[in-house]
Amino acid sequence: MPAWIVPIIAPFIVLNVVVGLVTYVTLLERKFAARMQSRIGPYRVGPHGLLQPIADALKLMMKEDVVPTAADRHVFNLAPIVFLIPCMLIFATIPFAPGLGVADLNIGILFFMAVSSMEIVGLFMAGWGSNNKYALLSAMRAVNQIIAYDLPFIFSALVPVMLAGSLKLSDIAAAQSGLWFVFYPVIGQLAFIAFVISTLAAENRVPFDILEAESELVAGFRVEYSGMKFALIQLGEYAHVIGSSFLGALLFLGAWSGPGPEWMGPIWFLLKAMLLFLLVTWVRWSFVRIRVDQILALSWKLLLPSTLALLVATAIVVVWRYGGGA
Amino acid sequence: MATPTLARVELDYSGGERLTMNMGPQHPSAHGVFRAILTLEGETVVGVDAVIGYLHRCHEKLAETLTYAQYPSIASKTDYVAAMTSEFAYVLAAEEIGKIEVPRRAQYLRVLTAELQRVASHLLWLGTWCMDMGGALGGGATIFLYCIRERELILDLFESLVGARLLYGFYQVGGVRYDIPSGWTDSCRKTIDLIDQRIGEYEGLLEQNPFFLARAQGVGVISRALAEDVGIAGPLLRGSGVNFDLRRAAAYSSYQDFQFTVPTEITGDCFARYRVRMAEFRESIRIVRQVLDGLPEGPISSRPGLKSVAQIRIPKGEAYARVEGPRGEVGCYLIADGSAKPYRMKWRGASFSNLAVLPHIIPGHKVADVVAIMGSVDPVFGEVDR
Repeated sequence: MPAWIVPIIAPFIVLNVVVGLVTYVTLLERKFAARMQSRIGPYRVGPHGLLQPIADALKLMMKEDVVPTAADRHVFNLAPIVFLIPCMLIFATIPFAPGLGVADLNIGILFFMAVSSMEIVGLFMAGWGSNNKYALLSAMRAVNQIIAYDLPFIFSALVPVMLAGSLKLSDIAAAQSGLWFVFYPVIGQLAFIAFVISTLAAENRVPFDILEAESELVAGFRVEYSGMKFALIQLGEYAHVIGSSFLGALLFLGAWSGPGPEWMGPIWFLLKAMLLFLLVTWVRWSFVRIRVDQILALSWKLLLPSTLALLVATAIVVVWRYGGGA
Repeated sequence: MATPTLARVELDYSGGERLTMNMGPQHPSAHGVFRAILTLEGETVVGVDAVIGYLHRCHEKLAETLTYAQYPSIASKTDYVAAMTSEFAYVLAAEEIGKIEVPRRAQYLRVLTAELQRVASHLLWLGTWCMDMGGALGGGATIFLYCIRERELILDLFESLVGARLLYGFYQVGGVRYDIPSGWTDSCRKTIDLIDQRIGEYEGLLEQNPFFLARAQGVGVISRALAEDVGIAGPLLRGSGVNFDLRRAAAYSSYQDFQFTVPTEITGDCFARYRVRMAEFRESIRIVRQVLDGLPEGPISSRPGLKSVAQIRIPKGEAYARVEGPRGEVGCYLIADGSAKPYRMKWRGASFSNLAVLPHIIPGHKVADVVAIMGSVDPVFGEVDR
């Protein structure tokens, strides 16, 4: 196989795996939520509802695609794609096993952060282009929230980076072969909590889902979307959640390290990511959402200063223990 | 060619630009068909215009065309979440004009169903209110489904008693329509024990949740003066520190026979109204237990063997009867002209009066608080519009 084939094939495979994963993760979430709420969840389509995601996708594809007359047509049509691309791109740098990934950049985590905050552009386009007041309010909230939570997200993700001494994701994963960073005394746990909170906010999940806020803003920025465009936005959101779960599992839970032979690595990684995803889901289905001003106050007044302090503390620990060399 | 001057909006950083946003009548948290025209400055609501009337069904006119035996089943449809309440008010008014005695067993059964109905109604309120704050795709939905699960048990009880689950027609002038079936008392006891325990679980789930407290405490404060001026009733009034409950203040049916306290809170915010309702769960369950313990034997109606819908004739006269519904004072003003149908009937809906407080308390809050406040007022639009 010539070497130039790989960059073409690898993204194709990863994208398809991600789309399949996202589709089935919705089923996982629905089943999980149903159990929390003493329900059964999807059950009718296929054994134990296993074909439900496919039925949902087919249904969305066949729906009429409505563009409101007053909408800014180009912005409206472009927004789901602009939203989806960054959500898919974040998978590019994630190594699923040593050497198994699309592009193991030497600035992998930086790429991840830069790209994942790009989704706000698509989100705002959707909110603005819909020419709907609910959507507009939601888009404004989104901008506020993303700005407020990107910094705590970056700071908390930088803690493992400093501990590992590398921005390259595979290096960070390899550095945890002895001790997962979540078990690193004090610093690891605090950083992990901050990471989970800020990814919750970055993913717009309850209790930080003020963009969607269906009891106030009906469906927020995607209120005017239907059919396949709605599906794209939904796909993007879940891809972001899964991507963040993989990142969390990589940064804190030792990525592919686990008992068993080496080929088990990706399975362990997937399991850990799904565990993180279930944590997020658990939070989602047990909290009420908080108000926009409370969300911003939580970030600017509490999360940002504390993650910054944590970062400084990590720097001190790293210098003290490894003499700065790591 | 002169360039056309464009209309310009001066943006200042005090947030002076206003946006008018419609909330409802079709809106996920409109609790029916309520339309609030919000004037927003950014996220802050500066004005609210409440529009009602989307569910008007000419209930009062309808009452003039139905006999005293027929209308209780229709009265349920005013407040369809607490159907027993409006039936209760209607038959009380008719009995007052006609000076009709009600057997003690019937009185006790009325109290029993009214209190079970209060529990069912408050359960639905708790669920929908949490869903307003937590979203149908979030933690709110979890509480909602739990509450629905418990409400279902009470509806099952009603089903085995009346045969209907939502709109009963259980009360009739002179008594009640059905006696309790065998074994009903035991299943009722089991149900209320279970609900009593579950209420404690929800309290723990909600009150130890900082996000819930952040959303409920200090939001939508109704001062005592405002509460008395606007004329709100029920848990809203008691949440604002006014100890007024018709079951105590003007005991009807046989409420004087039972021990219960009237819970009040003084802060007047959403959390206070929540606390009042949570305490009312317990008080209602307490009353239900007392009724079950002391249920007297005897007839269930002073007019047994009703053969025709036009058999009950109420002599000329008028009366106003009021009962304490889950949402506050439900009043029925009835003018009888001696025939089998009333001459005129007027409802005083608790939700209608309670809604009047919204424009006073919503301005100054955020958009997200509007739904929290709306939910804490607990309007049922069947009762608002009638």
